[in-house]
Amino acid sequence: MPTIPISKAKPEYDVAIVGSGAGGGQMAYTLTLAGLKCVMLEAGRSYDPMTETAMFQTGAQAPLGGSSTPDKDFGFFDATIDGGWDVPNEPYTQASDKPEEQFKWWRARMMGGRTNHWGRISLRNGPYDFKPYSRDGLGFDWPVDYDTVEPYYTKVERLIGVYGSNEGLENTPDSPEGVLQPPPKGRVGDLMTQKAGKKIGVPVVPIHRAVLTKPLDGPTLAAKLHPDNKKAQKIVARSMIQRAPCFWATDCGRGCSIKANYQSTTVHLPPALETGNLDIIANAHAREILMGKDGKAKGVLFIDKISGKEERVKAKAVVLAASSGETVRILLNSKGGEGVANSSGLVGKYIMDTVGSNLKGQIPALENIPPHNDDGAGGSHFYSPWWEYGAQKAGRLDFARGYHIEIGGTRKMPRGTSPVPGDYTKGLYGTKLKEEARRYYGSFVGLACRGEMIPNEGSFAELDPDVKDKWGIPVMKWHWKWSDHELNMAAHAQDKFTELIEAMGGTALPNPKKPGAKSILQGGEIIHEVGGALMGHDPAKSVCNEWNQTWDVDNLFLCDGSPFPSNADKNPTLTIMALAWRAADHIIEEARKGNL
Amino acid sequence: MDTPTSPTRLPRRKVLQWFAAAAAIDLTDLPSFAQSASATTGYGTDPDLTKVYSPGDVWSLTLSDPERKTTVALADLIFPADEFGPAASELHLVDFIDEWVSAPYPNQQRDRDVVLPGLQWLDEESNSRFQKPFSRLDEAQRTAICDDLCAERPATPDLAKGARFFERFKAICSGGYYSTPEGWAAIGYVGNVASGIFTGPPQEVLDQLGLEQTVKDG
Repeated sequence: MPTIPISKAKPEYDVAIVGSGAGGGQMAYTLTLAGLKCVMLEAGRSYDPMTETAMFQTGAQAPLGGSSTPDKDFGFFDATIDGGWDVPNEPYTQASDKPEEQFKWWRARMMGGRTNHWGRISLRNGPYDFKPYSRDGLGFDWPVDYDTVEPYYTKVERLIGVYGSNEGLENTPDSPEGVLQPPPKGRVGDLMTQKAGKKIGVPVVPIHRAVLTKPLDGPTLAAKLHPDNKKAQKIVARSMIQRAPCFWATDCGRGCSIKANYQSTTVHLPPALETGNLDIIANAHAREILMGKDGKAKGVLFIDKISGKEERVKAKAVVLAASSGETVRILLNSKGGEGVANSSGLVGKYIMDTVGSNLKGQIPALENIPPHNDDGAGGSHFYSPWWEYGAQKAGRLDFARGYHIEIGGTRKMPRGTSPVPGDYTKGLYGTKLKEEARRYYGSFVGLACRGEMIPNEGSFAELDPDVKDKWGIPVMKWHWKWSDHELNMAAHAQDKFTELIEAMGGTALPNPKKPGAKSILQGGEIIHEVGGALMGHDPAKSVCNEWNQTWDVDNLFLCDGSPFPSNADKNPTLTIMALAWRAADHIIEEARKGNL
Repeated sequence: MDTPTSPTRLPRRKVLQWFAAAAAIDLTDLPSFAQSASATTGYGTDPDLTKVYSPGDVWSLTLSDPERKTTVALADLIFPADEFGPAASELHLVDFIDEWVSAPYPNQQRDRDVVLPGLQWLDEESNSRFQKPFSRLDEAQRTAICDDLCAERPATPDLAKGARFFERFKAICSGGYYSTPEGWAAIGYVGNVASGIFTGPPQEVLDQLGLEQTVKDG
C-alpha cells in the first residue's frame, strides 16, 4: 500500500483521518471519491495483502505447525501483524487484579487494522437495537433509528459484497432484493445444528458475511453507489472488477490476496488512493488532536515511530477511527492531558464488548463419516439469530438482551496441535491411535454465544496517571464489570448449547472454562470493543451527535465503534461502516456549504 | 472471534515435584531450560508469513543426539508406517518435536520441562529393564514399556508419571504429524485446494446423516 513520509505531506488537508480500518477506510473512501483531500495516519506499518497473505501455506510450513503463540495469538498465518492482546512498547493497565474485572485490549498495528483478520460477519442492527432503552428501560437509545441507517447498510453491502439470505425474522433485517450475494451451502456441522434447532425451536439460517460468492458487477454497482459522480463510478467499478469471488479454500483470518473478502486494504483504500486525494502516513502513532484558540481541531500531533520524532499534520476537520480504546486515549491526552470533546465528562465511559461463551459437543453420528472438503468460505456459513424476543418481552428470561449462536465445524486443516482432544485417544499408540484419531476427527461441533452487553458504570477506560508507553504517552487503564444480564445470558447459552448438542445425539464436552454464568469469556476477548464516546441527543449526556460529530468540537468526528450507545449481538463492523459513510456524507455537505 | 484453546499442560511446579520425588534422579542433574536452550525470542509479531520454514530456521534446535534418538524411536512407535500413512521418522517428526521443545514460548517451555525429563526417564527405564537405551530396544521391548504406560491404571506411581509424559509427547507428535499432507490423508482432512464452486457435503454423507442440503442452487 503506497504511503508518504511526513516530509511529503501537504501543508494542510481537508480531513485528517486517524486509523485505517473499517471506520477510517470507509471515511477515506467516501471523502476522497467526493474530492476532499485527506491524510490518513496509521500507527502500524504498511501492508500489502496481495503479496503478504499466506493463502495456501500448510501447518508443516510454519514454525510450531502454525499453532498460536504470544507473538501470533490466532496462529502463525493470521493476517494480524504487530498486534494482539499484548503489543510490544504499548502497555495498558488494569484497575483490578481480578480477571473478571479486567479488559483484554486487542490492537492491530497495521494498515487496515483489524479488518485484515476479522470474521467478516456482517449483521445489520435491527430496529430494536437502535432503541434499546425505549424497549426495556436499560442503557441508552441511539439518536438514529433503523430507517435512517438502512440506506447506508445497503450502500456498504453493495460495496463490500455480503453473502446471506433474507429470512424475514424479527429484528433481523432483510436486505433489499438483489443486494446480498448467494449464501454458501450448509456444511455438515451447519446442517446438523439446523436439524437439531428445529427439534428444540432454535432457528438456524445462513449467516451474512463479507465474502464474495460471485463476481461483483462493478459498473452497475458503482453507478448505484455514486449516481452523480462519473469519476467515482469509474474508479469503483475498476476496483470491484479486480476482486475475485471466493475459491473455497484458506481461512479468511489469513486475509485474502484475491480480494474475495472485505478488508480495508483491498476494498476501501485502493479506490481512495486511486482518486489521488489520499495520502497515507504509516508508523504514525497519534498522540493528540491539535486544537486552535477558536475551539476547533486543527490537525493531529503524532509520533513518527521510525524517527521517534513528534510530527504534525494539519487539516480542516479531524476524524478519529482508531478503535474505542485508542480514540478515547487520544481525546483524553489532547490539550496536554486536559482532554477535548469531554465537557460531558463521558469520554471513556460505557465501553462494551460482546458476551462470549462457548461449548463444544462430540457427535457420534459424525464419527468416521466419509472424508470430504469442509473448508467452505473460510468462516461461518450458518448461525442462529436471537429467537427469544417474545419470551423476553413476556418476562420469562432473567436477562434483557439477545445473543446469536455461531456454529463451527471441526473438519479443518490441522495446524500444529492435535486435531482430536487427548481424552479420545488416551492410552493408545500405533495403528490403533491413528484409527481412533480418524474416527473422532471432525466429530465435534462448536457453538459460540455472541451476545449483547448492556453499558454499565463499571466498564470504562481512563488515563493511567503513572504508566506511559515507549513514546512517553499516558496509557489506558481499564475497568470492567459484567452485570447479571450478561452472566445470566452466558448461563442460558450454555444450557441451550447442551440441548442442541443432545438433540444431535451428542455429548457436551466439559467446558474448558467453567459452567453456566462462569463460562463468560473475559472482557475484550471477542474484540468487539465499542462505546466510550457515546452518541446521543443531549450534549450533557453524550459525546457525539447523530453524525458522529463531537458536541464540543464541531470539526471533530469519531468514526469507529466509540459512538455506539449499545452493542447489539450483531457484530459491530457493518454498523461502523454504515455510520462512517453517513458521517462522511455529512462532512461533504458541510464542505460544500463552506462550513469546513 | 474464538480464542484458540491450548491443550492441558502439566504445570512446571508439578513436573518438578514429580521428579524431585523420584529418588533415582538428582534434580540438579536435570537439563533445565535456562541451561540448555539458546532461544530467547520467538519469530516476533511481524514474521514473513509466505516463507516456507523448517525447524531450526527461527530458533536453534537443542535436543542432544541421545535425546533425538529416543525421540525418533518413541515417535515411530506412536506413529508407525501402516495403511493410514508413513512413519513419524519418514516425516522427520523429530525435527518438529525438537523445534517445539526448543521454542521460547511459555507453553512450549512447559512442554520442554515435561519432555526432556521424560525422555531421560524412558532411557533409564529401558536401561533398568533391558540394559539398553530405548532407541536400541527391539519392538517387543519398546512395546512392553509403552503398554505399561498405557495401562488403564499404571502399576506404580513412577509409571503413572511416565504415562503423563507419554500422553503429552503423543499430543505434540499428533500436532506435527497431522499438520503434514501425509497426516491429512491419515486423519481424513480434505481441502486447501481452490475450486470454482462449493457443493457442500456429498450426497452419501447427507444420506448417512439423514440431512438435507437446505441452501439451494441459485
